[in-house]
Amino acid sequence: MDWQAIWLSVRLAVSTTLILLALGLPLAYWITFSRRRWKFLVEAVVSLPLVLPPTVLGFYVLLAIGPRSPAGALYARLTGGMLPFSFQGLLVASVLYSLPFTVQPVAAGFAAVDRRLLEASWCLGVSRLATFRRILVPLAIPGIATGAILSFAHTMGEFGVVLMVGGNIAGVTRTVSISIYDQVQALNYAAAGETSLFLLGLSFTVLALTYALQRRIWPVWPLS
Amino acid sequence: MAPELICRCRKRRASGFELDADLAIPLGEAAVTVLFGPSGSGKTTLLRLLAGLEEPDAGSISVGGRCWYDRSRGISLAPQQRRTGFLFQDYALFPHLTVAANVRYFARSERAERLMEAFGLAPLAGRLPGAISGGQQQRVALARALAADPALLLLDEPLSALDAAARLRMRHELRRMLVESGVPAIVVTHDRMEAVALGDWMAVMVEGRIRQAGPIQNVFRHPADAQVAESVGVENVLPGEIIGRDSGLLTVKVGSWYLQCVDAGDSGAVFVCIRAEEVTLSRELPHTSSARNRLSGRVRSVTLEGPLARVELDCGFPLMSVVTAQSAGEMQLQPGDELCAVIKATSVHLTAV
Repeated sequence: MDWQAIWLSVRLAVSTTLILLALGLPLAYWITFSRRRWKFLVEAVVSLPLVLPPTVLGFYVLLAIGPRSPAGALYARLTGGMLPFSFQGLLVASVLYSLPFTVQPVAAGFAAVDRRLLEASWCLGVSRLATFRRILVPLAIPGIATGAILSFAHTMGEFGVVLMVGGNIAGVTRTVSISIYDQVQALNYAAAGETSLFLLGLSFTVLALTYALQRRIWPVWPLS
Repeated sequence: MAPELICRCRKRRASGFELDADLAIPLGEAAVTVLFGPSGSGKTTLLRLLAGLEEPDAGSISVGGRCWYDRSRGISLAPQQRRTGFLFQDYALFPHLTVAANVRYFARSERAERLMEAFGLAPLAGRLPGAISGGQQQRVALARALAADPALLLLDEPLSALDAAARLRMRHELRRMLVESGVPAIVVTHDRMEAVALGDWMAVMVEGRIRQAGPIQNVFRHPADAQVAESVGVENVLPGEIIGRDSGLLTVKVGSWYLQCVDAGDSGAVFVCIRAEEVTLSRELPHTSSARNRLSGRVRSVTLEGPLARVELDCGFPLMSVVTAQSAGEMQLQPGDELCAVIKATSVHLTAV
């Protein structure tokens, strides 16, 4: 089994999930509560990765982070490295690719919280940020947990975007799904089967744990 | 100068509803102001504008000389800066926090602990809001609001989430808690008995406009117009005192008259509420009648309103009666006539002062 690839995928998935939580919670808050007229445009952009072929997304990310783009040039000046075909570049692509998998469940979780609870908190003199932390997030835990798990699982299994942006460098960008593809190409079905079974088991365990956890969370925080 | 709430606000909704409220409340004199009106008249919207949860399209709001909102000067304080204790219809307690954590939500303070004691919440401290009764939830919500040391309490239909029995019980308890808190309160209700039981001052709202405001008895006695009269419904609200109780009937002294009514457990000083339709008139004292109450008085005015005539009597206190225009014509009612007003005991309703 390609432990190096598995470890890389786990690192990528965990990092992606953490970054997505930091980005996705404020973004979901804005999408849930903003009354801007052009909100639908932001929603459409956030959801694009759901329908866009991974190769298309990967292609644009590759252009956007390449050394000739402003972002790529800035990164090169700051770090001396380059984003394409690096772990960091892969991370940028993964975050974009899994954005809707965090934002949509979290936004649904926020929307399910009675707005009057937030208003009650504001009237009690508690700031919007503190209200977000003390009322909204605790009551939306099921949605946030679902978003985190989906993003993690989605990143663990991503293939097309990785291939476009990261290529296939052992220990740097060769994730578990690329590794399986390689093994099949090399007609090494036994190794491919082992890795696949491991991924299947891991995915199932994570999802089962999530649902079990949510069962316990719901009765403690009844949202209605 | 007594602290005053002055609100002149306009707000138009996408539905076409338009609120245009012009209201001044002497918060220093009136411990509890009732914002009264039929449902859909804009009471809750006005409350939300006062709290800063929604912004008016135009106008200004100031409380005790401090400007909360002024469109022309570009001032709009956030709800956090206004510090109104807002009680939502279903109390909006934080479901994931215990009773104690709800009360201490603004800050862990001595004030919060004192309120927990005063409101009898100490035994419930560790319970979640879902596990206590509606009346207890209301006390938690009120304690939570008061713990934040608000300048003004805003209560949206505070009793509507309770069942009928608890509602009657909580009326007086709520009034007592509001008065004892020392914080001026504005209470939204569409129930006239509730209004009389809770308020000192009353503002009547109809179709998005404040039609009348004043001390509560004045509003009930002298409705500014027919629509207000219709919405307040009870034309006669008279201060009285229970002086006797016998076989299920109470004797209440009103002015120099003694009225009899059904004993509903009240005692002491009360308001006697009688709808004008329940007061029948006759020229002579009827000797054989099942009605318990017969008062003599002098006609002060007769106003025709379509098929009905509104007759104002002076029985030592003003008493309104509504009869058909036909009867008024047949009886040839004129101001100055001596009449007998007849009221059944079951038509006399009491609410505690």
